[in-house]
Amino acid sequence: MIEYQNIFTQVQVQGNPEWGIDETGGELTAERGGKPFFSKLMGTIGNAQIGPINLGSYGVISAVCFMIWFNIVGFSMLAQVGWSIPEFIRQLFWLALEPPGPEYGLSMPPLNDGGAFLIAGMFFLVGCGAWWLRTYQLAQQHKMGKHLAWAFAALLWLILVLGLIRPVLMGSWSEAVPYGIFAHLDWTTAFSIRYGNLYYNPFHCLSIVFLYGSVLLFAMHGGTILAVTRYGGDRELEQIYDRGTATERAALFWRWTMGFNATMEGIHRWAWWFAVLTPITGGIGILLTGTVVDNWFIWAQEHNFAPMYDGAYGYEDYGSYEAFIGKEN
Amino acid sequence: MLPKWFNEWNRENPTNVFGPAILIGALGGAVFVAILLVTWGNPVQTASMQTGPRGTGMSVPEYNAARLTPDPTIDAYYTEEPYVPEGGEPLAKDIYKNVQVLGDLTEDNFNRVMLAMTQWVSPEEGCTYCHGEGDLETYGADDLYTKVVSRRMIQMTQNINENWDGHVNAVADVGVNCYTCHRGEHVPSDIWFNITPVNENVEGWASVQNRATSMSQSTSLPSSALEVYLTDYDSYVNVHDLESRVAGVPGLTEDVASIQKTEMTFSLMNYFANSLGVNCVFCHNSRAFYDAAQYTPQWGIAQLGRQMVIELNQEYLIPLKDTYPENRLGPIYADAPKAGCRTCHKGYQRPLQGMNVAADWPELTSTEAPVYE
Repeated sequence: MIEYQNIFTQVQVQGNPEWGIDETGGELTAERGGKPFFSKLMGTIGNAQIGPINLGSYGVISAVCFMIWFNIVGFSMLAQVGWSIPEFIRQLFWLALEPPGPEYGLSMPPLNDGGAFLIAGMFFLVGCGAWWLRTYQLAQQHKMGKHLAWAFAALLWLILVLGLIRPVLMGSWSEAVPYGIFAHLDWTTAFSIRYGNLYYNPFHCLSIVFLYGSVLLFAMHGGTILAVTRYGGDRELEQIYDRGTATERAALFWRWTMGFNATMEGIHRWAWWFAVLTPITGGIGILLTGTVVDNWFIWAQEHNFAPMYDGAYGYEDYGSYEAFIGKEN
Repeated sequence: MLPKWFNEWNRENPTNVFGPAILIGALGGAVFVAILLVTWGNPVQTASMQTGPRGTGMSVPEYNAARLTPDPTIDAYYTEEPYVPEGGEPLAKDIYKNVQVLGDLTEDNFNRVMLAMTQWVSPEEGCTYCHGEGDLETYGADDLYTKVVSRRMIQMTQNINENWDGHVNAVADVGVNCYTCHRGEHVPSDIWFNITPVNENVEGWASVQNRATSMSQSTSLPSSALEVYLTDYDSYVNVHDLESRVAGVPGLTEDVASIQKTEMTFSLMNYFANSLGVNCVFCHNSRAFYDAAQYTPQWGIAQLGRQMVIELNQEYLIPLKDTYPENRLGPIYADAPKAGCRTCHKGYQRPLQGMNVAADWPELTSTEAPVYE
């Protein structure tokens, strides 16, 4: 077999656990927990060393909140099937914790009619917020840029729009997304249908562009780097002071392919912005739906964004049922 | 086992046989599959019925296997041409006792209809299913619930043919008779009962949805769609705003629908589509579900169909609740069996694939005395 053609990471380093650097004078190390160990399986897709983990106070808050949210959702589902475990497993993908009905507006409904949803949602949002603070704090302690925190904030924006900002602006908690596998998909479909086809929402369009663009960039970047690992392209440190091999080839490949190429730094900016703009534009699109625009197809027609039929609807093109079932020619 | 020279030659000429072997195997397999497809045909071939203008992607696809196989119940259909009266014959209401419907028929035609009804509804039991085991003299009695229900069902059939022409004869004059629903069974298939709430320990919207049930078409959409939209005259299916900007709080302001209401309509639309074996674009241009200018003609037919079903349920089926024995009532609420699209359509665009079931049966198409031609 050719050495560089493979699916999994070929080199695994196992030995004494690596404890990492700490520029905070022991603050980071003190917060670490868990005994490090090695996993060959994990090593095939990443670093073989698992742990230790720096949970920190925000991590603890986050984990506790997520756990409470998870349990409220899970036990609500279990209650709905009359505490029957087999039925719970059977209906798991169908079950959900639903927001209250519109009749409650923004008031606190009874626990069994959406109240549990609001409490669970509060813990979910606090958990997400604490997780964001944790990404910010850890980056700060590592003396890193805050790019990851701001990227996560973009997701937080979308979550807040869906579960908090838009329901408040609409004046009804019933607008929030239910917690359930199929239920949240039903919500998504119903949301699009209710507001006259979300595909005509320009911010939804942008979000799709950035989502699919992220996928394309991810594939291009991943493919490029893997293609030059035979020259050490995956070893970014060496590439910085010895650009003559892998990076240069990778850059040249794209320049000769499409006349333009990203740089070792620039490609990561592309990726970051595409990823971050996906939830930002998506969140704007959802926030405008129902609050500012109630029927996107009509809105799109008013803004010359969707074509109008000229009236000739072409009934003559219809197929005949008799021909369809083979009863006539 | 192998000759020495062969083993030596192999040692001296190491060759990767796996590459060529996989290549030849893959190519050979592809050729084999191609030959099978060319000679035997594609087993999962489909055809599409265009339902809208070119370029809109509006079509209903179907597997050829299902599309070209006729509804098996068509073959089992029993029919008989009427005996055209010459005038002056005594009528059923004069000959028999307690004839409340079909009394204006001549004896021959009356017995012809009675016989056909046994073929359509109780082919095993025959007359006794409604008239009991007694002699002919006892046939006037209303002792059995089956006879009382049958009478009401005859009136329902006449009403459908007489007043709901716009639905049942919209595409062609086909009408309905007992067989449209019954297909040789005492109780038609695809009837429905109330089942909501489906979830325990919750109230409101959460209690009627998020459960795989027969009434939700095994989706997590609300199971209450038929209970509301197919029994309530005042129920309103539409959910869209017809302007780009509309003021109001969903679910509180009149005509501003909530997401949950939308899900309930979605559930009903699923039922429509499954009942007819079609998809959304049979009636709608899916880019603008609400837009009347982009509906197909089927939309109007379906609209009438829903109104018809509400009337059938309210005027005929639900009031029969106290007539039925317990085993005919709903499993949860002991409610009367109700009809829906699927009770007649049975998964086909047109019931019995558009077979005319009214032509031979003028007695069932009008509440007036039948006109024979």
